Amino acid sequence: MSAAADTAAANAAATADAPTARAPWALAAPALMLFIGVLVIPLAMTVMLSFHDWGQYKGIEPVFILKNWHEIATDPYYAEMFWRTFRIAALTTLITAVLGAPEAYILNRMSGRWKSFFLLVILGPLLISVVARTLGWALLFGGNNGLVNKLLMSLGLIGSPLRFMFTETGMVVALAHVMMPFMVLSVWAALQRLDPQIENAALSLGASPPTIIRRIVMPQIMPGVLSGAIIVFSLSASAFATPAIIGGRRLKVAATLAYDEFLNTLNWPLGAAVATLLLVALVLIVVGSNALIERRYAEVFR
Amino acid sequence: MRRNGPLALTFHAIFVVIMVAPIAVVCLVAFTPEGYLSLPTNGFSLRWFRAIASYPEFVHAFWVSLGLGALSSFVALLFAVPAALAIARYKFRGRDALAALFLSPLMIPHVVLGVAFLRFFTSIGMGGSFAALLVAHVIVVFPFALRLTLAAATGMDRSIEMAAISLGADGWTLFRRVTLPLILPGVISGWALAFIQSFDDLTMTIFLAAPGTETLPVRMFLYIQDNIDPLVTSISATVIAITMTALILLDRFYGLDRVLAGKSDTGR
Repeated sequence: MSAAADTAAANAAATADAPTARAPWALAAPALMLFIGVLVIPLAMTVMLSFHDWGQYKGIEPVFILKNWHEIATDPYYAEMFWRTFRIAALTTLITAVLGAPEAYILNRMSGRWKSFFLLVILGPLLISVVARTLGWALLFGGNNGLVNKLLMSLGLIGSPLRFMFTETGMVVALAHVMMPFMVLSVWAALQRLDPQIENAALSLGASPPTIIRRIVMPQIMPGVLSGAIIVFSLSASAFATPAIIGGRRLKVAATLAYDEFLNTLNWPLGAAVATLLLVALVLIVVGSNALIERRYAEVFR
Repeated sequence: MRRNGPLALTFHAIFVVIMVAPIAVVCLVAFTPEGYLSLPTNGFSLRWFRAIASYPEFVHAFWVSLGLGALSSFVALLFAVPAALAIARYKFRGRDALAALFLSPLMIPHVVLGVAFLRFFTSIGMGGSFAALLVAHVIVVFPFALRLTLAAATGMDRSIEMAAISLGADGWTLFRRVTLPLILPGVISGWALAFIQSFDDLTMTIFLAAPGTETLPVRMFLYIQDNIDPLVTSISATVIAITMTALILLDRFYGLDRVLAGKSDTGR
């Protein structure tokens, strides 16, 4: 899209009646001011807040100390919590990729009417509140005789009931469901660029269907899977509603911990430090993997 | 090769069932006659739908969500349309940085935004107000409003504008009579996606909402933190029904594909 915007802008600059250098800034100024005032400044204030002191009775003290950062760095509770957050996000990403990519491929091979119907069924949940979708999983998990356990046991897949509520397993299952539409959408977009004639050509040259999947389809949809993975990973690592409802009050992830520090414990500086660390870690991971993917698949992105 | 084999169709069937199951179970439990969460086994009852009426805070929260979504998406467009025109039409220093800044709310975790907004609005004495919630939502939905407007403005045929200028249209007339009608489909889609984003947001809003300005997702989340009864399922089922009705109406009168056209482009 950026490339298209570039050409369009270049054309516009060439054809328009000599746009003054100030015109674009005048147009963008209101939005720019809004973003500096209500996004950049609050984010900077949050980073600063993470260096402030806090006490049960004295509240927030605007001094510069490393207490919160030191606490996060040395207390194994935080290391475990961040490790859990990213472990859940990674597993969720893996599940959505392994199930979502084949599903997008199958959808793409359906005939017109079925295709749009099932696309709507799979993307529709995006319009339904995350609270409602997670509540649905909480109902399905139930206790030991929840529907999921009954089903798995009657299929003979498990011998004794699994614990889903208040466990990471439950969080990953529910999160994978919440994030699945993003993965399907992303792979779907990649599939639209795939020329079906290439598959037919491979078939006529004697390639077996598994070979076609492995050698023709997979390499071409991989950028879609990877960009879907980045979206799913960053949304899962910062997810709040699902971990809060399925994980309960004790199994904390970064987002639920920050929420607790801000609205229950009222230790804002520590909460700000947790939030800042989550932001920095995610930006590094996302920017890093974006760069890797773009180098690896440079020819696909052009 | 173009056909799905039985294995693929089995996978597809299981996949679809799993995608639908949690939503279906919420809607089914909503009809339970019991006082606790259970699948309706002793017949269907509307008791939990009637119960919504005795919780005015949920009805109020629904209107807050609706108003907040509509208003914040509209305000976001007031800022996003000129910004999109600037980015789509001019090549200037800092253009990519500007676009990156405007799209950055997509990348920042909503919990971080919530924390930052709470800190900011509390320190300027606007904590817990509807105005604070509105401004915060404008920022969060801005990328959606911008992206679809940008796509429309980029693909626009500018010779029509040239014709209008040569016929003597001044700046404002040009925008109101020519430019805006041309980019309107993108603007409407942008508004719709921004509205959906605002209506569903929980993570950022929960930091800012105070009693009286709680949105529906916030009210539902807080309710199930303390209560375990089928009320939230009947509310969810009602909202799902309203959403589906709105989608069907939208499809009838406007065309769903036109709204969702930009959907794959938004990235989230």
